[in-house]
Amino acid sequence: MKILVCISKSPDTTSKIAFTDGNKQFDENGVQYIVNPYDEWYALVRGLELKETLGGSLTIITVGNVADEAIIRKALAIGADDAVRIDAEPKNAYYTAMQIAHYAKENNFDLVLTGKETINYNGSQVGGMLAEALDLPFISLATKLDVTNNVARMEREIVGGVQVVEATLPLVVSCAKGMAEQRIPNMRGIMAARTKPLTVIPAIATDELTTYVEYGLPSAKSAVKMIDPSNMDELVALLHNEAKVI
Amino acid sequence: MNILVYINTATHLSKSAFEVVTYASKIGGNISVIATGTASDDVLASLGEYGAKNVLIDRSVATDDAHQLTQLIGNAVTATQADLVLFSHDIIAKAVAPRLSVKLKAGLVSGAIAIPDTSNGFVVKVNVFSGKAIGHVAVNSAIKIVSLLPNSIQPEKTGNACSVSAFDGNVSASKITVLETKKPEGAIPLPEAELVVSAGRGLKGPENWNMVEDLANALGAATACSRPVADIGWRPHHEHVGQTGVAIRPNLYIAAGISGAIQHLAGVNGSKVIVVINTDAEAPFFKAADYGVVGDAFDVLPKLTEAVKKFKATQH
Repeated sequence: MKILVCISKSPDTTSKIAFTDGNKQFDENGVQYIVNPYDEWYALVRGLELKETLGGSLTIITVGNVADEAIIRKALAIGADDAVRIDAEPKNAYYTAMQIAHYAKENNFDLVLTGKETINYNGSQVGGMLAEALDLPFISLATKLDVTNNVARMEREIVGGVQVVEATLPLVVSCAKGMAEQRIPNMRGIMAARTKPLTVIPAIATDELTTYVEYGLPSAKSAVKMIDPSNMDELVALLHNEAKVI
Repeated sequence: MNILVYINTATHLSKSAFEVVTYASKIGGNISVIATGTASDDVLASLGEYGAKNVLIDRSVATDDAHQLTQLIGNAVTATQADLVLFSHDIIAKAVAPRLSVKLKAGLVSGAIAIPDTSNGFVVKVNVFSGKAIGHVAVNSAIKIVSLLPNSIQPEKTGNACSVSAFDGNVSASKITVLETKKPEGAIPLPEAELVVSAGRGLKGPENWNMVEDLANALGAATACSRPVADIGWRPHHEHVGQTGVAIRPNLYIAAGISGAIQHLAGVNGSKVIVVINTDAEAPFFKAADYGVVGDAFDVLPKLTEAVKKFKATQH
């Protein structure tokens, strides 16, 4: 089975979020980039488990510049066989999906996995866009995935519950919590990652359907108002009269 | 502008349906709705009160296959000559809107929190960096798609019931087989809840959750929990709010015995009002709270429940 796992970089959860260039650019100063947790913990690790059980290969792909090879090596150290970097700034989800779709079309993967969203842009867009561009079924927010005789059985989140579904490969799946447990790369994996193949390919021309024109920070919260634990009537009165939420 | 709003329905319409039609109405234009699900014509006609001119419905298309829904909505876009397609940013929209974006070559903005600024193009605000910043996204394409974050605007009635007509979505056979669907009966789905009572390890064990449920029942709120509580199996995973669980933005979020790790805040920092109850006055959650109570949840929760009941009794 040929598996493609799409990974993205994202700032470490504890990063300070700030902007430069008249609030037009994310301030990368002092920011530590990691593999987007949903891509790493759920998509990559479940992909590896399936490969280990069923045989085949697992390729990771990212759209990014040369600095992003650090997160690629991390994913290779966890166990991916090889990597592809499409040499371009990932301007938005559509741009990213079109780049990956172009590569995936020429390389016939049985399973394309993404994380449920990135923790920086939170759009949850790339998986569905890939599926449409590749004309494949799309299962979003899957929490379990097994493959038997070319048929994938998945559990996924639906509005107000969960659902068990089946579909024949090939397909695109976005992965959420429950899929797998995080894997820490060992020294052997880290050493092996240095020599695993990393192919860099040029970007294709793609329409810029959306543009991030500016960023801002949410308005600061006013200071917390402390209430005496013996006076819950006061809290209820404040929630009704001041906050107007009950 | 011709606006097409997608809504999935059950017997009743959810608040998010009224929100997104109100959102369309505030943008202004000729508003049609394309619906799926089981709602009757009478129920659907009520969308006119929020600004819809016409509701199209195809009750034969299920929401299980994003490909089929994309075909249905794509055909409705053609039929209504829509140049703006709106969704509520829920699980269905997350699967369908990206597909529709590629099909129509239409720029997509997911999780809008405000009315688009059309003074210079079409710019939509969204939460980015897990709620720690706001992005302003310009949509450059002729057809545009926006999904609205639930609880971002209040529904407003402005008109009268509208016409409802059947629509043939003309979809191809599904490639996805549904084997089982599990939905807990009667519970308020967390992302739709306006009031949420949540608790963490400070509750010491699942047997103490009756205090959380009592307060939730008194308020008419949904219940939620922190990640450790779901991981050790005290509460079901669908109640876990936070970065890896569900992200919510209710009007009121009451957190008892949750310290407020950054990963938890990422899932709840969109809440309008946050009340934190914790024995530790140094708990980081107090920095993100509007109201704080330093005290033991075992003591504070029952007292708060009594105070809520007393208040509710005076409201009738």
